[in-house]
Amino acid sequence: MAATSAATATAVAPSVSVTTRRPRFGVVSFPGSNCEQDAVNALRFIGYSAEFVWHRSTSLDGFDAIVLPGGFSYGDYLRCGAIARFSPVMEAVIAFADAGGPVIGFCNGFQVLTEAHLLPGCLIRNENLHFICKSVVLRVEDSTCEWVDLAPGTVTSLPVAHNEGNYTCDEATLARLRANHQVVLRYCEPDGSTALGGSAPNGATDDIAGICNEAGNVFGLMPHPERVTDGVNGQTQGAAFFTAIARRIERGVAR
Amino acid sequence: MTENAHATVTPSGIEIDLSQVPAPVAAAIDTLDAERAPQIAVDLGLTLDEYETVKATLGGREASLTELYVYSLMWSEHCSYKHSKRQLRRFPSEGPDVMQGPGENAGVIRVGDGWAVAFKMESHNHPSAIEPFQGAATGVGGIVRDIFTMGARPIASLDSLRFGMLDKARQRYLFEGSVEGIGSYGNCLGIPTVGGEVYFDEAYEGNCLINAMCVGVMREEDLTRAVGSGPGNPVVLLGSTTGRDGIGGASTLASQEFDEAAENKRPAVQVGDPFTEKLLIEVCLELLQRGGFVALGDLGAAGLTSSASEMASRGGVGIDLDVRKVPAREDGMRPFEVMVSESQERMLGVVTPENLDDVMATCERWGVRCAVIGSITDTGRFVVHDGDLPAGQDIVADMPAALLADAAPVYDPAFRRPAYLDEVAEYNPYHLLLESTVVDLSAVLLTMLASPNVCSRRWIWEQYDHQVQSGTVVLPGADAAVVRVGLPGRGAVTNRGIALASDCNGRYCYLDPYVGAQIALAEASRNVSCVGARPAAITDCLNFGNPEKPEVFYMFKEAVRGLSDACKVMGVPVVSGNVSLYNESFSQPIHPTPVVGMVGIIDSLDEVCTASFKQAGDTIILVGETHDELGGSEYLKHVHDVTAGTIPRLDLGLEMDVQSTVRDAVRMHLLSSAHDCSDGGLAVALAESCISGHLGCEVALDDGLEPVASLFSETQSRILVSLSDDKVEEFEKLVGKHAVPWSVLGTVGGERIGIEGKVDVGLGEAAHIFDVTLEDLVNQVD
Repeated sequence: MAATSAATATAVAPSVSVTTRRPRFGVVSFPGSNCEQDAVNALRFIGYSAEFVWHRSTSLDGFDAIVLPGGFSYGDYLRCGAIARFSPVMEAVIAFADAGGPVIGFCNGFQVLTEAHLLPGCLIRNENLHFICKSVVLRVEDSTCEWVDLAPGTVTSLPVAHNEGNYTCDEATLARLRANHQVVLRYCEPDGSTALGGSAPNGATDDIAGICNEAGNVFGLMPHPERVTDGVNGQTQGAAFFTAIARRIERGVAR
Repeated sequence: MTENAHATVTPSGIEIDLSQVPAPVAAAIDTLDAERAPQIAVDLGLTLDEYETVKATLGGREASLTELYVYSLMWSEHCSYKHSKRQLRRFPSEGPDVMQGPGENAGVIRVGDGWAVAFKMESHNHPSAIEPFQGAATGVGGIVRDIFTMGARPIASLDSLRFGMLDKARQRYLFEGSVEGIGSYGNCLGIPTVGGEVYFDEAYEGNCLINAMCVGVMREEDLTRAVGSGPGNPVVLLGSTTGRDGIGGASTLASQEFDEAAENKRPAVQVGDPFTEKLLIEVCLELLQRGGFVALGDLGAAGLTSSASEMASRGGVGIDLDVRKVPAREDGMRPFEVMVSESQERMLGVVTPENLDDVMATCERWGVRCAVIGSITDTGRFVVHDGDLPAGQDIVADMPAALLADAAPVYDPAFRRPAYLDEVAEYNPYHLLLESTVVDLSAVLLTMLASPNVCSRRWIWEQYDHQVQSGTVVLPGADAAVVRVGLPGRGAVTNRGIALASDCNGRYCYLDPYVGAQIALAEASRNVSCVGARPAAITDCLNFGNPEKPEVFYMFKEAVRGLSDACKVMGVPVVSGNVSLYNESFSQPIHPTPVVGMVGIIDSLDEVCTASFKQAGDTIILVGETHDELGGSEYLKHVHDVTAGTIPRLDLGLEMDVQSTVRDAVRMHLLSSAHDCSDGGLAVALAESCISGHLGCEVALDDGLEPVASLFSETQSRILVSLSDDKVEEFEKLVGKHAVPWSVLGTVGGERIGIEGKVDVGLGEAAHIFDVTLEDLVNQVD
């Protein structure tokens, strides 16, 4: 288990409104989202443009990348993300993704992406039946994902905070995920290995913490990179989950 | 009883100036008959004298059924504080930083650069003792509403919990359910639960304590108060529908003792809907931001009744409501049911006619129900209509709004010093000190680390989202949580912070209520000082037994006196708070538990310190000194099952000097770590700094005390610090300047916790025991 001991703040800069035209991130607000402000703030801290996108919006014109944030969309009283996927904005998100536009969903956003069938499998209740909030150790896998700015094999840590983060899929899907290099992040031990019986805190199949679609433009992960981006608790490693896609956008590759 | 034509003194001692009572609005009202009315009044918890006062406020006539419900709730202990009010006036509530003291939904203080924080702590003990998940969840919901009502965005929660020992299945059920309830509600709202405390003691077996504290941040100019004004202004109800759930929750549950019939009160526990609350937060803050409300108040205990009458009485206006315009959850609700329902997630707002469309449209956009249910009037009366009745006969309650709030009876309960206080004070643990020369003190330390009151709280806080909003600087498990001040959603992030801690050792208060309550303040203050924050203000939650028992009231009175004296000396105002009485089961009161919730101010987040040892070779120093003070200690309780003795002395002057020494040292970047010595004494504090820092230590304690006292005595005003060698000289100068006692204990490093001649424990073993104890206790099988 990763150390969760308290750390003090280091660099904390005020968020500034950025005038750069590109890249421009749209952060979707569902009713019950509660990490959308964190995401906008993290992206602006790195220096990107980030705006909220209301769930009833049907157009994503002008955005270069879309973020589905964490939270409890519609309270998640039903299966997590099951109602949010029917929000008007999701039709636009699906069209955006189908056209090759980069989409990232963390935590509840990942759950919404699986419910919307933009990613395979589903997220079920944590194995221990408890909400889990802690820092976890993760290994970056050799994947086709366009979002991650870390070399395969890199061991990093990110916070998780979820009740339903237990990634589950059938054997055929798992085989496809592996064959197509769609597994982006795995929970692991501090040395990068995975423990016998699994390193996932939530019971996830094959220690999967994050996956992408075959094309690599849609990425879902349970951990929260936006929470460790602006240095509030001495950590900035989350930025690596946004910078690669931003560079692609700047080079004009993504769309 | 009338003394002259214009004034009357009621049987319960309230003076009412009849010339000031606004005239009734209703031409006629369907009152109860003179025989039944007093009976129903008594059934609803009023005394006959109190009912006579009710009649006096109504101009001598009998009350209607709706009125009787309204009065009985407003004058219940929970809403009126009738037994505690006079004592609470002792608390200092003013200070240069205070923007809003007691009397509003929450207290508010300035924290610098135009920023302010609103905070309050509240109990949800009685509902949680019946249904822990929903009881605790709705406790969080209620306190969160109190905060955003003031115009502040909630940015942190803390929870102060007390249960019986976990070897009993019922206690595990209550503990697990409460933690899950707090988590499920707070996590869904996206408000980080960053701290708090939990104690386990047989004294709480019949009545667990669930005290929830919430803290919100705002710009100073955003402060909003629940003061109704502007006759003609529409009154709107936002949020959930109103049902029969929670009818009389606060009055029937929180104003009586528990007995065998307690389970039957389960229907009086409300059910939480955090999703609706989350939407309410967003819609209310958005509207407040652009001045959409004249006044805003939440519906808590006594529902619409208390919210509407307080809003009217604070503003010196009247209010007219129609119960049939209140969106109902079920058919056939009677007017009194609508008025007293404690359905959760509802807010009452006053808006101007010009703003009404914007309020309705904004609610529609967020998917929040909003209905106009009445209006502000200039009559000074709280008038309830039943729109189903024919015009002219539709008024079911017509009460003077100000008197409903202000004429509530106030009592000076009898008090008597409990005889047991002398017995327990005579206990002398000296014979245990002699035994200590033969026992294995390493084993005793491991036993102490496995005390449910000492071990890691990881099992709890891992179930709380403590990082959402990305503002948590110091995570749970530290002396105090530190949260960044700002409103990231509005593009405002600062380098300022607030430190938050809650504290109360109920065992100390049971043995000595005056000093015990002072120690609660001293420890909370010490905790925020350890992270580098200046103690600014507190909220409190005073949990006691039945105030009608003289022994219980003595303890209440002494605890309030102790806490207020300490607040005055330390210059810390009490800006909000809550009293929870009748915490008794089968006539056994809980330990007196006056919980202190402290907010400290941090001017720069670059100057923050934590408890864990940081680097091998650092020098370990104790600021303060240890005395032979094992009375009331965790050692006595956990190792010898004794709750007795004289509790540690508290010298407030020394306490303040120790704290300011450490705060200065943090600001000067001299310290690697700072940790409060409290439960379990110096040995436990050392072990905790080692375990959290993954570093051992080698120390010697040359205090001349018997080993057990040296290790586990809970002497106050002690802070354990570590610092690198090159900073020791400057630190020595600083301590000299503050003239506080101090001593070098040893150095950080190695794989063992070594205390010369006393303790030698492997760090891994200590860490494992400390880490898994709580989880093991929860998962044990009978």
